[in-house]
Amino acid sequence: MAKIEEYIPLVGQAVIDDLRLLGERLKGKVIQHINSTPVGGGVAEILNRMVPLLRELEVDAKWDVIKGGEQFFEVTKKFHNALHGRAEEITKRDFEVFMEISQQNIESINTYGDIVFIHDPQPIALIKKKAVNKWLWRCHIDVSNPNERVWGFLMDFIVQYDSAVFSAPAFSRKLPIRQFLIPPSIDSLSDKNKELPQKTIDLVLRKYGIKKDKPIITQVSRFDRLKDPIGVIEAYLQVKKYIDCQLILAGGTAEDDPEGFKVLEEVKEKAKKDPDIHILLLPQNDIDVNALQRASDVIVQKSLKEGFGLTVAEALWKAKPVVASNVGGIPLQIKHKYSGLLCHSVEGASFAIKQLLSSTAYAKKLGENGREHIKNNFLITRHLRDYMLLFLSLYHPEDIVNL
Amino acid sequence: MFCTRLHLSELTGLRATTLGQFLALIKQVSGSCIYHHTHRFLQQHQYLSPEPPNDFAYWVTDILGEDELGERLVSIDTIQYSTIRDLREKIASTIESYLKDNPLAKLKFARSGEEFHFIKSVSFILPTNYVAYDLKEFVEVLKKITIDSIYFHIFEARLRLEKPTNDFAFWIENSLGDKKLADSISSFDPYTSTLEDLRNKIIQIVERKIVN
Repeated sequence: MAKIEEYIPLVGQAVIDDLRLLGERLKGKVIQHINSTPVGGGVAEILNRMVPLLRELEVDAKWDVIKGGEQFFEVTKKFHNALHGRAEEITKRDFEVFMEISQQNIESINTYGDIVFIHDPQPIALIKKKAVNKWLWRCHIDVSNPNERVWGFLMDFIVQYDSAVFSAPAFSRKLPIRQFLIPPSIDSLSDKNKELPQKTIDLVLRKYGIKKDKPIITQVSRFDRLKDPIGVIEAYLQVKKYIDCQLILAGGTAEDDPEGFKVLEEVKEKAKKDPDIHILLLPQNDIDVNALQRASDVIVQKSLKEGFGLTVAEALWKAKPVVASNVGGIPLQIKHKYSGLLCHSVEGASFAIKQLLSSTAYAKKLGENGREHIKNNFLITRHLRDYMLLFLSLYHPEDIVNL
Repeated sequence: MFCTRLHLSELTGLRATTLGQFLALIKQVSGSCIYHHTHRFLQQHQYLSPEPPNDFAYWVTDILGEDELGERLVSIDTIQYSTIRDLREKIASTIESYLKDNPLAKLKFARSGEEFHFIKSVSFILPTNYVAYDLKEFVEVLKKITIDSIYFHIFEARLRLEKPTNDFAFWIENSLGDKKLADSISSFDPYTSTLEDLRNKIIQIVERKIVN
């Protein structure tokens, strides 16, 4: 894992110096992150990098995971879908299951942190343990149009926190507590994003039986309906009528997503007649994901809802032209026609993909602009800085803080 | 002593769909909000130039399609205003006067998902380990510090902390007694450059002075 000094050639010495200055101001405070899964999905991925880097900056960061179980995660997946505005039948029993398992976690988890940093709705009820310490709730999902019943249920917990954090302005609403805007980030030196030699890329393509004889369109995402893998296949089929190309749908599943395998089967069924569609199940294989993104001609992220869409940042970091839905945090990463193309439908996605495959110079320029935008705004060093400022804000209510 | 300013964006939950709501909220939100939306572009898109210097102009033009009002807002000469209060009044009066001349503009509204979200900047100011006692040291430090630090001494010190000029010009005039050099640093409009260009411009001016 990369050390904090290794980021200096990319962001400059002074940026790292600033991070160390902030770390000094947090000396003596224990920051306890709590989420629902140690692997799979964006939250675990960020915490895996964030916690060791905070420690290097002398911030005493810890990470604990709640216990869930199949029934609990089925309920929280329903909550997740409902918060994204999808129609879900949520019963009284579902709320009871949520509270029963939450109560078990309340009894078993020690919330020892000076700052307890809760990620997403699964561990939200731990706030019942709030003592004199500070509590933060980090919402990683798109709650711009939530199911009001689920949101109302969560609101009873949210208002007890000291502050909340959202990834995009559209997710905020009037709350009686402070709320901050902190988009997530990618780690430019992780296996998923570091530079790769061409030899490695070729080896990975060979491993999955993919020939580079026709343009590659790729979506990297968990097999989740909200990522619309079926819509990606439909867009690809429309492109294929005019441009001979191939499609890669690559992704894993997460421990807290019981729906994943069902969706994967649906996708396989839809793709089975076309040998140019490659469905790859890649559980935590970051080098392979990196190589597939780098081997692609166009990267797609056709999500119906998106908390942020870190795969867009990953693709842009590799200077790839991207076609992505205008949802959630994606428009923060793509300025339409400047650093990528935004779409609203299968037809729009297919038109944009055709455009990029046909105009390679335009596609290249979009990718280069995108990389610059990610470098300036969505790398982990910015995220570390924002989190440390967030921790300090808990002790400073004013708008101009002299440290 | 060089300081740096790091900012955190605080969400207000306030959003505008029409120009009427937009104007009412501009009059009501905190100065930190006005500051955020008139200065965010400078940092977030600091590799681009020229970029719209404020979010208000961008929304009015690109979302509501009110190009003329957008042009009026974009051309507000921010450097002429020494306080956020004055800047807010100018923005509000520009919109008011436009609405008076173009009452139909009140009927336009942003589609769902394209509302204007009011955000405020929370600034954390902290001293860095960089110190300069003369121009030679000053220029060496200027090459090393972050753009956040340059941003603080040029923009934030003047407008948000209501100092009469930017920090660099103030130090050069009052500690080194070089009014001419101070004037040349405070005379150009920093809002029309990227932060890296600004850094290079000041370095050039000071290096020329050192050589002469």
